[in-house]
Amino acid sequence: MCGVCGCSPEVERSHQHGDHKHATHAPHDLMRIEQDILAKNDRYAGENRDRLGGAGVFALNLVSSPGSGKTSLLVKTVEALKARLPLAVIEGDQETSIDAERIRATGVPSVQINTGRGCHLDAHMVGHALEDLPLEPHSLLFIENVGNLVCPAGFDLGEAEKVVILSVAEGDDKPLKYPDAFAAASTLVLSKIDLLPHVDFDVGHCIEHARAINPEIAVLELSAKSGEGMERWTDWLVASAGRAVHGPVEEGACMS
Amino acid sequence: MHELTIASALVEQVCDHAAGAGGERVAEIRIRMGALSGIARALYFCFPAASRGTVCDGAILHIEEVPLTVMCTHCDAVKTPAALYNFRCPDCGRPTPKVLTGREMQLVSIELAGSKSAHVSPRRDTGAVQEHSDRISGSMT
Repeated sequence: MCGVCGCSPEVERSHQHGDHKHATHAPHDLMRIEQDILAKNDRYAGENRDRLGGAGVFALNLVSSPGSGKTSLLVKTVEALKARLPLAVIEGDQETSIDAERIRATGVPSVQINTGRGCHLDAHMVGHALEDLPLEPHSLLFIENVGNLVCPAGFDLGEAEKVVILSVAEGDDKPLKYPDAFAAASTLVLSKIDLLPHVDFDVGHCIEHARAINPEIAVLELSAKSGEGMERWTDWLVASAGRAVHGPVEEGACMS
Repeated sequence: MHELTIASALVEQVCDHAAGAGGERVAEIRIRMGALSGIARALYFCFPAASRGTVCDGAILHIEEVPLTVMCTHCDAVKTPAALYNFRCPDCGRPTPKVLTGREMQLVSIELAGSKSAHVSPRRDTGAVQEHSDRISGSMT
């Protein structure tokens, strides 16, 4: 198909269009490659996964739109868990270190990644951030992705689980409108449920939509503000850290 | 916006292969994009910007779009969902989370101009482009 006008290879060899033309050329050297375009990111992600698994760190990649309350949830979460197990946080934002400073104020180590014009974290950035964090056995690493419900879904960072966070202030049809994030995640956190009496958000419809896209997605409902549902969330996190792989990862082994 | 990241990753990958083969210019690039990648049109748009100043500058980008198919374990058959992101069997209605095709983002082949063909010979294929496309289609089924 023509990269400019979209015409087919058969057509493009026989015509020209105004501002561009398709030259019929002699055969060139054709190299068959068959390689994933994101192979490089996936290689870095694999290295991160081996490193985290080897150190016994359970890593979560938190994905949501801006304003879902990711950082507030994280601050409350690390405050609730810091006495129980080692924690670390990677914060991804286009600009500023405001979020990392909010986490550091709790006493938990945190590294800020600024992506500039980038709309998502990638595995290479995360690999460098890991160099500046303590990786302790049976610990939790939270990777807060750039607030964006579209782009982060396609980039493996080497995490053990991808968690999508959706606040009830956003609308229960979000899973249908932004399906990639919900298809890629293993867990959906419905946040800000203290607002349910004030907004038109049908939890049942939202879960139904999410499971149409991802039939196996687990759902947790909580409010960082009121504390409702937080215990279930933190219990799940502690159990996950307990399951983190510790020691060299054998080839073919997967994180559980 | 991540289509620019994908385009840049593609250009970098093609440049590496072209350099390895001693290619001075890339004439054509063939990639395979699954329906769920959803960025084929956006890639056409940003590829010229991502390739500017590289050996891929001016290359024609061909995108083979791969339809979504899923495995229905209940029907024990390959199915095409009624819509993208509707991961239910169109016949029995049960969930079909196992995606068989539709997530691809692959570089299939590149066509070099001005290469030192001795360097390319191990993977060289001078067949007509259309014939090559047919073989690619055949390998998908």
